[in-house]
Amino acid sequence: MAKAEKIPRQPMPEQDPQVRKRNFDEVPLGYTEEQAVKEAERCLQCKKPSCIEGCPVSVEIPAFIKLIREGEFTKAIHKIWERNSLPAVCGRVCPQEIQCEGRCILAKKGDPVAIGNLERFAADWERAHGKGELPPKAEPTGKRVAVVGSGPSGLTVAGDLVLKGHHVTVFEAFHKPGGVLVYGIPEFRLPKEIVFQEVNFLERLGVEVQCNVVVGRTVIVDELFEEGYDAVYVGVGAGLPRFLNVPGENLIGIYSANEYLTRANLMKAYLFPEYDTPIVKGKDVVVLGAGNVAMDSARTAMRLGADRVRIVYRRSREEMPARAAEIHHAEEEGIEFFLLTNPKRFIGDDQGRVKAMECIRMELGEPDESGRRRPVPVEGSEFTMECDLVVIAVGAGANPLLTQTTEGLALNKWGYIVADPETGKTTKKGVWAGGDIVTGQATVILAMGAGRKASDSIHKYLTWGW
Amino acid sequence: MFEILRREEMAGGTVVLNEISAPLIARKAKPGQFVILKANETGERIPLTMADTDPTKGTITIIYQVVGKSTALFKSMQRGEQFQDVIGPLGSPTHLEKLGTVVCVGGGTGVAVLHPITRGLKDLGNHVIAVIGARTKDLLILEDKMKAASHELHVCTDDGSYGHHGFVTEVLKQILEEKDVKLVVGIGPVPMMKFLCKLTAEYKVKTMVSLNPIMVDGTGMCGCCRVTVGGETKFACVDGPEFDGHQVDFDELMQRLSSYKEEEALAYEQHTCQCQA
Ligand SMILES: Cc1cc2nc3c(=O)[nH]c(=O)nc-3n(C[C@H](O)[C@H](O)[C@H](O)COP(=O)(O)OP(=O)(O)OC[C@H]3O[C@@H](n4cnc5c(N)ncnc54)[C@H](O)[C@@H]3O)c2cc1C
Ligand code: SF4
Ligand code: FES
Repeated sequence: MAKAEKIPRQPMPEQDPQVRKRNFDEVPLGYTEEQAVKEAERCLQCKKPSCIEGCPVSVEIPAFIKLIREGEFTKAIHKIWERNSLPAVCGRVCPQEIQCEGRCILAKKGDPVAIGNLERFAADWERAHGKGELPPKAEPTGKRVAVVGSGPSGLTVAGDLVLKGHHVTVFEAFHKPGGVLVYGIPEFRLPKEIVFQEVNFLERLGVEVQCNVVVGRTVIVDELFEEGYDAVYVGVGAGLPRFLNVPGENLIGIYSANEYLTRANLMKAYLFPEYDTPIVKGKDVVVLGAGNVAMDSARTAMRLGADRVRIVYRRSREEMPARAAEIHHAEEEGIEFFLLTNPKRFIGDDQGRVKAMECIRMELGEPDESGRRRPVPVEGSEFTMECDLVVIAVGAGANPLLTQTTEGLALNKWGYIVADPETGKTTKKGVWAGGDIVTGQATVILAMGAGRKASDSIHKYLTWGW
Repeated sequence: MFEILRREEMAGGTVVLNEISAPLIARKAKPGQFVILKANETGERIPLTMADTDPTKGTITIIYQVVGKSTALFKSMQRGEQFQDVIGPLGSPTHLEKLGTVVCVGGGTGVAVLHPITRGLKDLGNHVIAVIGARTKDLLILEDKMKAASHELHVCTDDGSYGHHGFVTEVLKQILEEKDVKLVVGIGPVPMMKFLCKLTAEYKVKTMVSLNPIMVDGTGMCGCCRVTVGGETKFACVDGPEFDGHQVDFDELMQRLSSYKEEEALAYEQHTCQCQA
């Protein structure tokens, strides 16, 4: 006990903010073996570990931390893999402060164990030093599963079912697999190489990945059954950008976050003209919203050479939904926050390019259905902000391309697929769904958790029937 | 995968035809739909409406004008070479029905997109009048095919080097004066579509146009392709690419198409330098 209190939480070495704000290299540099072991020593190995309760997929946290402490790094990663197939990703992007670390007993008095950093360490260590051995696979069952969408939920289903001996084909609309991990989350937060290695690992296990297939257009779900698939998992994400519907929104230089980040990440516009896809490089940038997507957009704009980047958000600091680490990193990089402010219209120049945004101040009123205090406009408080690039990051909706072409699939009033939370079963026989297309934009780990439940249910179905 | 099986140059090499192997797309594609192509790893995603498809051969045909770096790169690809990525069919198919007399008007490479629609309208039993135009005779494409796909073909050139001396809208006006036209389909450069719609609005004749905004995914996921139609924002890649021309805000479309003018010029310049080196 006394020992644990003496060791402070090991800080993660990071690139200097002044340097990193102009490059796309990863910000945190990772623990050394010594730092990892030292951090692992802080864990109390609780008898009733509350951290596990905070983990959506119930990783056996104290057990893997113990293995790190003992220097058994390979065993540590195997322990994590039992529950989580993408630890290199989760260690980097999970909101640990409201999950495992938020529930760690040490958080009551001080700093929780850096569980996310340790998870990342174990995964990175294995990538650098491991032999890349494949886990054992069950005998082929002769059953075929189609997974639609290659985001974290689809990849989880594919990995689980291929190990159980089923033949799995993943269909992806984009030209590269990975979902939001590839087109949305930037390189400086999640190097794309990590995602491609994960996909490559699945391919080595026998998963077939077919890119450039838009289900709903190139093929429809019912045709997949006709082609001999026995089950279909739909993990297409929340791929519909939300706009504000205020005047001037179609001016040049106003992007949805989806477009801005897809250009920057998937199409590598930050390497233009080496890569052919262009992107507007603003000097005076405004990002609307305050979630992870907004932070990623703001930090990308800074790296593309902006002089000034402002986050404009209609609620207050407490309500900002982004991970604590992202807000912290953004502030370190000089991103400014304009809270309790809402756009009213955009103003353009004679070329149709955005040059300013008219805003209104907000104040917090009575709580709304979400329990958060509702922001209400302060009359007469309008003011204008100059800007030459605006990124709208106020959330995403359900893309109807697949759902509208699939008969018998019940949707809720927002267009998301209705699926049993325990099994992922939809109202259509042989079809499961999970991740953002069921919950709305949530988190990587929840999408993976949904995938895990669905893969259990699909396996049961393929073995015993619906 | 997406091998170029046939390659032809038209209009003095400014326009190129590629017939590409893409069985999954060919099986599904309908007139009016488009594909997105990416030549190689560093390439851009370029949307092009299909000029033809052959489900039995498993091929699709695209016809494009060389206007910048990406299309120049496409042009440099020879028979036997492959596009790294082709995605489709995207967009909503043209709604074709029997109406009576219809006029199909095409300008520049818009004629390539217009051709399958013209053929479809004729197959349904419409009386089809086609009007095609180009700046000059050498730039005119698909004259024979359009002749076969219509009952009457009018050709215009801006410089008078062939056919009617003047714009397609002048010939269209004549037809609207003389005939009971039920539908006009206009596909071509944005200014042409804009003026065509102005004209047909005066005659109160329903007009369909096919729009070509800048796109990224082509699946309704980014909003890059948004256009204002009847005061509402629509995504051309899923709600279109065809719209009621009288509702379209062409000025906004033209502005949005110029979003990357400078970047495009830079990329094209670098590309041509490299080609010459
Ligand atoms: C910029 C950004 C930052 C984020 N940051 C974080 C973070 O830090 N931490 C965190 O936990 N979560 C974060 N999230 C949320 C998280 O990424 C998502 O919750 C998660 O990726 C959802 O996974 P999914 O598998 O359901 O869908 P997605 O990752 O969205 O993948 C769906 C895939 O399906 C494909 N697809 C869509 N339609 C079709 C179709 N018709 N046919 C074939 N394929 C199709 C898509 O192209 C995509 O590749 C972030 C999201 C964004 C956009
Ligand atoms: S709650 Fe904290 S201290 Fe206890 S086992 Fe989990 S990580 Fe270790
Ligand atoms: S091109 Fe992205 S939504 Fe249309």
